[in-house]
Amino acid sequence: MSLLQNVAISVSDEQGMLLDVARGFVRDQTPIAAVRAQLETEPGFDPAIWKAMVDMGWTGIALPDSVGGAGMGVGSAVPVFEAMGGGLLGTPLLATTLAGQLLWRAAGEGAADWLGRLCAGSVATVAILDAADWGGANTGVRLDGQGSLTGGKRFVADAGVADYFVVLASEEGAPVLALVERSAVQEGAISANVLIDLTKRAANVDFTGVMPAEVIRGESVSTALRDTLLLGALLTAAESTGAADRCLTSITEYLKTRKQFGKLIGSYQALKHPTVDIYVGMENARAFVYHGATVVGEGALSRDAEIACRMAKVAADDVIVFAGDRSVQFHGGFGFTWDCDSTLFIRRAQWAQQMYGGAIHHRKRLAKLLLDG
Amino acid sequence: MSDNKAALTTFRDDVAAWMAENVPADPGFLLPLTFLEVGTEQQLDFLREWQHKLWSAGYLGMHWPTEYGGQGADPAFQYIVDKELGRHNAPIIFNTIGLNWVGPLLLDMGTGEEKAKYIKNILSAEEIWCQGFSEPDHGSDLGAVQTRAVRDGDEYVVNGSKIWTTLGNYADHMILLARTNPNTERKYDGLSFFLSPMKIDGVEAHPIRKVTGEYGFNQTFFTDARIPASCLMGDEGGGWTVAMKTLEYERGVTAGQASGHWGVTIQIDDMIEELSHIEHDGAPLLADPVVRDDLVGFIMEAKALTLNGRRMAIPALNSDYPMGLALSVKYRGTEYERRMKQYTASKQGAQSALYVGDDDAVRGGFWQRAYFSNFGATIGGGTTQVQANIIAEHVLGLPK
Repeated sequence: MSLLQNVAISVSDEQGMLLDVARGFVRDQTPIAAVRAQLETEPGFDPAIWKAMVDMGWTGIALPDSVGGAGMGVGSAVPVFEAMGGGLLGTPLLATTLAGQLLWRAAGEGAADWLGRLCAGSVATVAILDAADWGGANTGVRLDGQGSLTGGKRFVADAGVADYFVVLASEEGAPVLALVERSAVQEGAISANVLIDLTKRAANVDFTGVMPAEVIRGESVSTALRDTLLLGALLTAAESTGAADRCLTSITEYLKTRKQFGKLIGSYQALKHPTVDIYVGMENARAFVYHGATVVGEGALSRDAEIACRMAKVAADDVIVFAGDRSVQFHGGFGFTWDCDSTLFIRRAQWAQQMYGGAIHHRKRLAKLLLDG
Repeated sequence: MSDNKAALTTFRDDVAAWMAENVPADPGFLLPLTFLEVGTEQQLDFLREWQHKLWSAGYLGMHWPTEYGGQGADPAFQYIVDKELGRHNAPIIFNTIGLNWVGPLLLDMGTGEEKAKYIKNILSAEEIWCQGFSEPDHGSDLGAVQTRAVRDGDEYVVNGSKIWTTLGNYADHMILLARTNPNTERKYDGLSFFLSPMKIDGVEAHPIRKVTGEYGFNQTFFTDARIPASCLMGDEGGGWTVAMKTLEYERGVTAGQASGHWGVTIQIDDMIEELSHIEHDGAPLLADPVVRDDLVGFIMEAKALTLNGRRMAIPALNSDYPMGLALSVKYRGTEYERRMKQYTASKQGAQSALYVGDDDAVRGGFWQRAYFSNFGATIGGGTTQVQANIIAEHVLGLPK
C-alpha cells in the first residue's frame, strides 16, 4: 500500500556491543596519527592491527558457525564498518567480508575450506570489475575448456595482500566464480592503482594463463554476485556514515575554537547552517544503514533489502561528499593543506562515492523498484 | 506483551469501525487544511462538533488522566486513533493549541486547580485556546517580548499587541507571555506567563489574510485589559521557563500531545498518486527520468523521517547526540513537506496556474493551497532558520 511499507529498524544486543567494542578499538588502537603513518606504506595498514581484528573474529562475523564464522549475519558487520569509517581505518576487512559473502552465497558449505581460511585470517578479495562501470556485465575474463583464464580485472581491492581471489569470469557465456590462489598469479601481474583515498588499496590484476584452484558454477552465481554488490554498497555506506560523523566532529571542534574578526567562526550562520545539514544528513544515512542492517536477514536479499542497501548508499554518498567538501572549505587555508584531516575526509569521500555504484547508479534502480512496482 | 498487542489490535478495529460510521462526509464547503486556517464560523461550528463527537466516543486524550476527561490509557492508543483519523481522511481536530501545547503543559506544570478548570473543556472543544507569544516586532526572538502586564491589586493590566494569533478571534483563553518587569538585567527574567481570558473588554482580535487567501491568524490588541491575578501561571518573572516548556510541546520535542491530527495528512503516496495522472510531453509524467529521479529523492526523505522517528526509541543509536533527532524533527519534516507540495503543485502543466475556486484546478487547487499553507509549519513555532541555530547550539555545541 505505502511506498514506505518496510520501515523496520532495530539493533540487537550483539550489534550494540559490537558497535561499542569496535569504536573503542578504533579510538584506542588506531588514532588518526596511526592511520596517517600507514598512508604511504605498501599494504596501507598495520599487520598487528589486522591480526587484532582477526583475533576479535571480525572476518567471520557475517559467516555461519559451520565454516568457522560467528553466525551473526551480515547485518552485524554494519556496526564494525561504521566504527572503522569513524577512524578512517583501512585494512582488507571490506574486501575479505565481501569475498566471504560472495562465496557463501554462491556455494554455501561447498566453499567451507575457503571460508574457513578467511575466518582464520587469510585475506581474500573479490575481482569483479572489467572496467570502470559498476553496472556492466563484467564477464570479460574467460575460462576456457582447459581450465585456464584469459583477461584481467581492474580496481581489485587489497590485491597486493590478498591470499586468494574470487574472480568473476565467464565459461561458455555463463558467469562463474574462479578461485585463484595468490601463488598462481604471475609475478608482475598485479599493478597497484594510485588511489585518491590513501587509506585504501587496489590494483589491476592480469589473470591470463592462470589455472583457478576451483570453479563455482550454476545459477546461484548471478544472485550471489548481485547480493554481494548490494552488500558492498551497504557496508561502504556504513563506513561513510562513520567517516561523515568523524568529519562533522572535526568541523565543529574547529568552529568552536577558531576566531576571526573577533568572533568564534562557529557563531556565523553561514558556517553553522551547512554544518547542521551535515549532521542531519549523517543521521539520515545512519537511519538507512541500520534499516539495511535490520532487513538484510539471511539468504538471498529481498526487494526490501535491495531498496534499503541502495538508499543507504545514496544517503551516505551524499553526506560524506558534502561533509568532506565543506570540511576543507570551513578550515580555510589550513583546510587546503595535507596536514589537515580534511584531506583524509575529502579523499575518503571521493573514493567511497563511486564504490559499488554511485548515487546515480542506485537512484536509477530505486526509481524502477519504487515507481514501477 | 502479546496481551498488550492483542488489546491494541482490538482497539484499532474498534476505532476503524467507529470512523467508518462517524467520520463526517464532505460538508460542501471548503474545510481548512490545518488548525492554522480556521477562518469562518461555518468551519468553526463544524470542527467543534466533530471534535466533541470524537471526544464523546472516548477517542481523544487517550493517555490523559480520566479525572480531567481523558482515557487514562497508554499513548499507543492515541497514536492508533491519529493514524486512523488520517487513514479515514477525517476532518482535522482543530483545538490544537489546547490539545497539544496547553494541555500537556498544564498536566506537567499546572496546579490541581488549573488542571480541573481547563483540561476537560480543551478535550470537549467547549473552550478554544490561542497563543500570545510572538509580537509584531519580535517574531522568533521571544525573549524580547514587549507586551506589558502591570499588577494592580487582584488584577494585571495588559497593554500591547500579539501577532499570528491562530484561532484568536474564536478563542476563550490565551497562553500569554508578557513583560511584568522591564528593568531586569536579563530580558528573560522580566517575563511572566498567563492563562488569560480573551472574551473581556480591552482585548480585540483582528483577522489577518494569508498567502493562501484564507484567514486563521489574528493580530490581538490589548488596551488596558484587566485580567485576574490568578491567571498567572507559575511565578511572576518565571514566564520564560514555562514558555520554553510550551515550545517543547509545540515542536514535538516532548511527548504528551492529545492529538496529532491537526492537519490534513499528505503522504508521499498521495504525491505519487496525483502525479500518476499527469501527461507530460505526450507521455505519463512518471516515465520522465528527471521526474523519476526527483521522486526517488522525495521518497527517501519521507522514509528517513519515518526511520529516524522510530530510531529515537533505540538508545544504542542515540547516544552520540542526545536530543539530536528530536530537535531536528521540525527542521527536517516541515521543509521536506514544503518542497514536496511545491513540487506536486508545479508539475501539472498549465493547470499548475489554477487555484482554489477554479473548477478545472487539479483536485480543486489542493496542492497549490497546501504548498502555501505549509509556510505555517516552516515559520510557526520558530522558523527553520531558528531551528538550525537551535540544532547547531544545543546538539553540536556551536557558539551563539
